[in-house]
Amino acid sequence: MNLDFTERELAFRDEARDWLREHVPAGPMPPLDTAEGFAARREWEATLAAARWSVVAWPEKYHGRDASMVEWVLFEEEYYRSGAPVRAAQNGISLLAPIIFEHGTPEQQDRYLPAMADGTEIWAQAWSEPEAGSDLASIRSTATRDEARGGWLLNGQKTWSSRAAFADRAFGLFRSDPTAERHRGLTYFLFPLDAEGLSIRPIPQLDGHPGFAELFFDDVFVPDADVLGAPGDGWRVAMSTAGNERGLSLRSPGRFCAAADRLLALWRERGAEHPHLRDRVVDAWLAAQAYRLYTWGTVTRLTAGGDVGAHGSVNKLFWSQLDVGLHEVALDLLGPESELRDEPWLDGYLFSLSGPIYAGTNEIQRNIVAERLLGLPKGGRGR
Amino acid sequence: MKFALNDEQRDFAKSLDDLLGAADVPAAARAWGEGDHAAGRKLWTRLADLGVHGLCVPEDAGGLGATPADVVVAFEQLGRHLVPGPHVESIVVAPVVLAAADPGALERLASGELVVTLAAPPHTPYALDADIADLVFLLDGSTLCTGTAGALRRSVDTARRLFPVSAGERLAALPADTVAAAFDAAALACSAQLLGAGERLLAEAVEYAKARRQFGRAIGEFQALKHALADVRVGLDFARPLLYGAALSLGSADSARDTSAAKVAAADAAYRAARTALQVHGAIGYTLEHDLGLWITKVRALVSAWGTTSVHRKRVLAALSTA
Repeated sequence: MNLDFTERELAFRDEARDWLREHVPAGPMPPLDTAEGFAARREWEATLAAARWSVVAWPEKYHGRDASMVEWVLFEEEYYRSGAPVRAAQNGISLLAPIIFEHGTPEQQDRYLPAMADGTEIWAQAWSEPEAGSDLASIRSTATRDEARGGWLLNGQKTWSSRAAFADRAFGLFRSDPTAERHRGLTYFLFPLDAEGLSIRPIPQLDGHPGFAELFFDDVFVPDADVLGAPGDGWRVAMSTAGNERGLSLRSPGRFCAAADRLLALWRERGAEHPHLRDRVVDAWLAAQAYRLYTWGTVTRLTAGGDVGAHGSVNKLFWSQLDVGLHEVALDLLGPESELRDEPWLDGYLFSLSGPIYAGTNEIQRNIVAERLLGLPKGGRGR
Repeated sequence: MKFALNDEQRDFAKSLDDLLGAADVPAAARAWGEGDHAAGRKLWTRLADLGVHGLCVPEDAGGLGATPADVVVAFEQLGRHLVPGPHVESIVVAPVVLAAADPGALERLASGELVVTLAAPPHTPYALDADIADLVFLLDGSTLCTGTAGALRRSVDTARRLFPVSAGERLAALPADTVAAAFDAAALACSAQLLGAGERLLAEAVEYAKARRQFGRAIGEFQALKHALADVRVGLDFARPLLYGAALSLGSADSARDTSAAKVAAADAAYRAARTALQVHGAIGYTLEHDLGLWITKVRALVSAWGTTSVHRKRVLAALSTA
């Protein structure tokens, strides 16, 4: 057992560190879910891509560096430690790209991956519906066959679609066979957000910014070339993204370690006024540290050929609670200043509140842990 | 980078688990608390035969010179199976003390022949099982003395027999970093015991939730219990990497910070496991004849042994503040 890195890995880390130190924009960007914030990040995505730092784990032919998983996690640590902004392209890169690599045709890979890597096409997810939030299997939006044009017509409504107000394209599930049972008869589609028949209504989030949008589909045509995986197989295809979302890909430990470092700095500044917050500061740091080490354990397991499986739910429960806890202590340290809208900790706090909800609510995750890891019986959901 | 147990460590854990699983350890723990040490001493010898007592003894003194991660592996099993006796003291601390006081005794320690205990105030003011120990020490600051046991003080964990110790002959002045390293190693071993006890409590609670029926169904179908047990799983899963992280940094500049982080996380996770397991079992778990209480009281005692959670949180912050 060790946490030693190879010369090659350390060299990779140092190269990333040096580049980031040189290029990360000074000062905070406008919030991600504003027009200015999104534009600034698009530019940042292009800067990253130009130096081949936008998708380090991808193959070189798609702007990556063929980085190993260890190198990728090291990069993420450096990325957040450097103060670089949260990625606008993350939905595509961490949720969709793994699926395109696994299930996409060579044409789909060539068409979508390079544009995702350099930020020219930013993707939104279109999973949830008004009647299907955590329970994705109850999706009602339909896809009907259009033989004449060689594709499908999408109808219905998607909601709480993150980034759809500013993004270029979206991915989501539609019911293509209404007679099949819940998990079957769903198909995974890729489509442009400016498609004919598609209207978008931005939904402001708790922070006031349009981080969500509602999508209304009125005979939106999608050609067969933009079906990901086989028609009717969408549930299986999508579940590999759900695992990514809950597991390793979306929540880099670097992000929480960087936040814990900022919290300690705040404690040094304000701690004397709030000695009773000491234990909570320690617990927040400790949780970030636990998350970092847990991730290295996961990397070890994955590198040895294992998979994340239901442990992704353990992971999601932990980081989402850690993120809220960390920000709550920071706000308590700030005292009466904490309610001011220009306080960056407040932005982070409001964002953290979404963690226990998205990617499957924490209640759903606890059921998964209880049933799949602990072997407790199913049923009794409502009680 | 390979942050996982290797095959040897997994095999070692398995052989300890097999050995202890086949013995009636709860009965030995109950007897130990009543002053009948026969069954416990038998376990002591069998563990020594597997190398447990020689883990921290250097190879040239008849031990294994094992890594701190190996020690964590062993103590998790001791906690899981509720093994009574001064294991932290004899296996982890005694090699350091004897190296200064009586190096010739190390071989007998490794073979399991010697039972060694000590008090190390302020965090460990009482010596465990001083009435049956072959050697009793008092480590006060950096001053090592022989110790004389006073009258038995009862612990919430009946298998922990605590004795105040008064100083006898002054043996040595240990270097401060040696004392610090011994304390960190003891706190880490104690954390591993907590983790093992927490795992066992979760396993017992899960089995009970599957078997026990109320309102016409297994109580494990009820979401309130599922969610409580899932939270126990999460707590234990994230305490474990801190333990192994601390094992890797033992003796380094980050040793105090990391062992304290491990103790805090293991204590919190195990304590949550204890409270939840009791709630899942209901009244039967609150009875003396049910074994569950042996783990619940063990966890409560270990939460404050070798540094309370509060002491360890303070150490973490102190280390971070000077970083």
